[in-house]
Amino acid sequence: MPVETVETHCPYCALQCGMALDSQSQITPLDFPTNRGGLCQKGWTAAELLGSGQRLTTPLVRERRSASFRPVDWDTALEVVSRGMRAAQNDHGPDAVAVFGGGGLTNEKAYQLGKFARTVLRTSSIDYNGRYCMSSAAAAANRAFGIDRGLPFPVIDLAATGAVLLMGGNVAETMPPFMQHLLAVRDRGGALIVADPRRTATVEAATSHLALTPGTDLELALGLLHIAVVDGYVDHRYVADRTAGFDDVWRVATQWWPERVERVTGVPVASQRAAVRALAAGREGRGAVVLTARGAEQHGNGTDTVTGLINLSLALGLPGRPRSGYGCLTGQGNGQGGREHGQKADQLPGYRKIDDPLAREHVAAVWGVHPSALPGPGPSAYELIERIGTGDGPRSLLVHGSNLAVSSPRSGRVVERLGSLDQLVVCDPFMSETAALADVVLPVTQWAEEEGTVTNLEGRVLRRRRAASPPPGVRTDLEVLSGLAARLGHETGFPSDPRAIFDELRRASAGGVADYSGITWERIDTEGGVFWPCRSEHGPGQARLFADGFPTPDGRARFVAVDAGPAAEDVDDEYPVYLTTGRIAQHYQSGTQTRRVPVLAAAASEPRVEMHPDLATSSGVRDGERVRLVSRRGSASGTARVTASIRPDTVFMPFHWGGEQAVNRVTNPALDPTSRMPEFKVCAVRIERESVDVRPHDVRAEFAWEGEMS
Amino acid sequence: MAGHGMAGSRFVQELRARDPEQQLDVTVFGAERDGAYNRVLLSSVLAGSLAPADVEMIPSAWYAAEDVDLRLGVSVESIDRGRQRVWTSQGEYIGYDHLVLATGSQPVVPDIDGILAGDELASGVAVFRTLQDCRDILDCLDGVHRAVVLGGGLLGVEAARGLAGRGVEVEVMHAVDRLMERQLDAEAGQILAGTLRSRHVQVRLDARARSVGEVAGQRVVVLDDGTYVAADLLIIACGVRPDTGLARAAGLDVDRGVVVDDQLTSVTDRRVHAIGECAQYGGETYGLVAPAWEQATVLADVLTGGGASYDGSRLVTRLKAADVDLAAMGETDPEDAVDAPADARQGGGAEVLRFADPARGVYQKIVIRDQRITGAIMLGGAETVGTVTQLFDRAGTVPADRRALIFPGIVDAVSAVDPAELGDTELVCRCNGVSAGDVRHACASGAATVADVAGCTRATTGCGSCRETVAALVATAASEQPDDPGLELVEVPA
Repeated sequence: MPVETVETHCPYCALQCGMALDSQSQITPLDFPTNRGGLCQKGWTAAELLGSGQRLTTPLVRERRSASFRPVDWDTALEVVSRGMRAAQNDHGPDAVAVFGGGGLTNEKAYQLGKFARTVLRTSSIDYNGRYCMSSAAAAANRAFGIDRGLPFPVIDLAATGAVLLMGGNVAETMPPFMQHLLAVRDRGGALIVADPRRTATVEAATSHLALTPGTDLELALGLLHIAVVDGYVDHRYVADRTAGFDDVWRVATQWWPERVERVTGVPVASQRAAVRALAAGREGRGAVVLTARGAEQHGNGTDTVTGLINLSLALGLPGRPRSGYGCLTGQGNGQGGREHGQKADQLPGYRKIDDPLAREHVAAVWGVHPSALPGPGPSAYELIERIGTGDGPRSLLVHGSNLAVSSPRSGRVVERLGSLDQLVVCDPFMSETAALADVVLPVTQWAEEEGTVTNLEGRVLRRRRAASPPPGVRTDLEVLSGLAARLGHETGFPSDPRAIFDELRRASAGGVADYSGITWERIDTEGGVFWPCRSEHGPGQARLFADGFPTPDGRARFVAVDAGPAAEDVDDEYPVYLTTGRIAQHYQSGTQTRRVPVLAAAASEPRVEMHPDLATSSGVRDGERVRLVSRRGSASGTARVTASIRPDTVFMPFHWGGEQAVNRVTNPALDPTSRMPEFKVCAVRIERESVDVRPHDVRAEFAWEGEMS
Repeated sequence: MAGHGMAGSRFVQELRARDPEQQLDVTVFGAERDGAYNRVLLSSVLAGSLAPADVEMIPSAWYAAEDVDLRLGVSVESIDRGRQRVWTSQGEYIGYDHLVLATGSQPVVPDIDGILAGDELASGVAVFRTLQDCRDILDCLDGVHRAVVLGGGLLGVEAARGLAGRGVEVEVMHAVDRLMERQLDAEAGQILAGTLRSRHVQVRLDARARSVGEVAGQRVVVLDDGTYVAADLLIIACGVRPDTGLARAAGLDVDRGVVVDDQLTSVTDRRVHAIGECAQYGGETYGLVAPAWEQATVLADVLTGGGASYDGSRLVTRLKAADVDLAAMGETDPEDAVDAPADARQGGGAEVLRFADPARGVYQKIVIRDQRITGAIMLGGAETVGTVTQLFDRAGTVPADRRALIFPGIVDAVSAVDPAELGDTELVCRCNGVSAGDVRHACASGAATVADVAGCTRATTGCGSCRETVAALVATAASEQPDDPGLELVEVPA
């Protein structure tokens, strides 16, 4: 049989590197604008999961949590699920069934999941793991610019700019091929300034490092704005012509003079000034960009932190200027599209607000229901989980594309909440930690086994193409929703053909902020992706935003006054060390996929707790020893990695593992008041040496069930 | 609230933040006519980088929205503690359940002939304390070519640097042998003076002014030794004195400041509280913003039923001038410095680190006791100033290798290694987990270019930052090949 090759994109992060995948599962990187022929180790090995022996290939059901799973056919499984949903709703009302989605789902799945929740289940209880990821940046961008598209310009613009300030991102590990664009800035003599408590691989490549105390990102942002004003770098004409609200913002920033900021953040005044000077110099030349990633965003004040940085970029007059502006580096593969089409608690397709009467009217018409039949906004991800098992909380939970038992903060509590459900249904290609807690597990396809679209970090809509056949017995998420809808009385309206769903999505998004109405699969094929908004099949997508104005009622960007306060939890005598969490190069998200790729698992088999030699000495810990991080909420275990690349008052632990190794057992679910983002990036812990050697975490041993695995 | 300066205005904000229902009736008396402004930024106003209007911190709309009765230009004249009321300069009594004194301090005007004309400052003489003082100085700058700042403390140095930024010829006149003697040791003082001179601020030490007068139409300061120093403008920066007249007259316990307990409450009267520069806690009065704001936060919590208490503040003095970088904290000139490692380890005295580079205006001195920083001087843009300040602030343990406190990176630095020296197990390409050994193996197997290596190992295909290292390894491998492999084939026939 001849080898067929399909051009597609990597299944992992939002860079969505272009790659060719052939029918022998060979991967070749493509010269796509975001990756320019580059791939990281995760991308290179992505196809190994297609033939993985750990795939789920049959629906699994069990009568009670203590029992073992038994394989059943699809009809039986879907019948069990729909019966459970009906029972919950009969007894407790529509909100008793909740839906939890993911930022890795295709646009079609995200859209269909939202429609399924609102029209079939008629529940308001739907949210997704993007709440833990992009929600702070999204909330801040929406209120400042009237639109939330991660990067308001194509990625290639970055390489051409003169200065970049990256707040809280380690792209050298999280999306390595992206580094090309930043290295180009540096190599042309521009400034690459990185703010991070650690001297990461990204920092190593930077021209300047702002090694801030965890949890003080907003103070730093306010200080940089203060300097911009006092040192005369504000673009007063831009502020007057294109923005509103500067005076209120300045009144707060006046209280954050650089010397005060230095004391709180630990970043020297001279470094603060140099950073602002570099951005201003960039602006006078090729351009200047302020970027945020999860380090700045995953805080109890993440929305305000991003706002503080947007305020800085507005004061400098960057947004809308060539090769300039503010951008957020979206994390998950479809973190952008996933937040636009209705799996978010407060949202309808097209980035419409669910409490906006006109939005409800439009979407209801597309869905063929009365606007009043659509539920209102529901609880955010962590709050949804917290409500499980309480008075009017969910009794049944349907999970697609998320491993929330690992990725949620205070995950010990989350596991306990999930345990109190009457029915937990998890759709996953693998037996994830969350699936292992379920009553029903439905095996679904992977990225290269199905068609669909995703929207990358630039707002460019791309096609994921089918390159391999799924194992027998596996269905797509869309087929699952179609089958459930039919069993719940909706024979029509839930096709399983992604293309038909995309066409409906186009109509539902028409006129919205994220308008896809002009995008067709053919255009994506011929144009190498299409940027949204794209309001006409005959007009181009808008690659660069804001040149002529902002999509706000008066066309002006909004300065929003924000002030800083202490982190939700500070260190004290009992918990004297800051913990910050993050990613490493070999793994993606909760590790459900990458921990099953042998070469990645071998390269990073367990979480390593990074600590400074001084902290290691004072804690009595040696490199390579097993340690336990303990917080007020729980503990997690990892191997000490002693390194001088981290502040002596801080430890770092990646979050890609489950069980005892899940750092989110330790993290703090203090939520941002606006975005409901948990404070993943800072909490207080103590370090304990582990006397007993714990056996390495083995997913297969822990989650064995009846029946063969392959 | 008697007083609406840095402490008072912060207190009102903190109070309302904890009282969103606005259950407390709040009246604020501010003796100055200006609304809440940021006193810290006055040197920037003097320097011209900010306009007076730019330092406003709280708009009047905030007081209206928060239902706070703000009375500017009105002061509390006396306190009738028996009837729990105050008498104001508007001639009315206002009752209180709680009275917060945040009256701040007054500039000290030294007893020098000619400095006063009657009760007022003489013409051409100014203090530098309020926004109005600042405006007064700016208003008269037109005719000023040469200014003298009397007093070389923190405020004097900031004022002088500010004026120099306006192109005025400035001289700081200081009565003792070094600038900022309360914060600096002799060497730091000298280096600071040098830095200021390079910024067009002259410094005259050990200079005692005897009188201020006029000679041939030129205002002059006459020194003890008879020297005449011309000064179109004389700015007095001789320190401040807590403004405690009100409290003293009301019979409250007053030492240097109004004596308060850990609830910021007068030890004499539970209904009266004091914060900021007029308050004295644990024998200390503070003249900086940070303690005033800490006190404001604690008192707001106390008055709204919270459990906060005040435990004193750690002082970090930070000079605020764009191009003179100085931080000083704690004890900076200990008398019991030790020079034997054993003594330092046993806590027998203060361990002192010191680095001086006068040519660059750099001076760093760190005092350590029992593994904790108890004092420091960081002058001249030290890169570790943030680290040292935080360790001092939080009483953190100092690094085992003390050099990290002065030379960042010298301890942690990964020295540049010649790629040829890399061990086989060393990672070259982090993105794809490719070691130097893997690259060498690829070369030995025939890879002759970076692209060849990428083709078989994937090195360089991630972020691309290892490209140079891989190229060097390829070049090294090539140079280690025999010059003419063809010869070998001839010499060793099969």
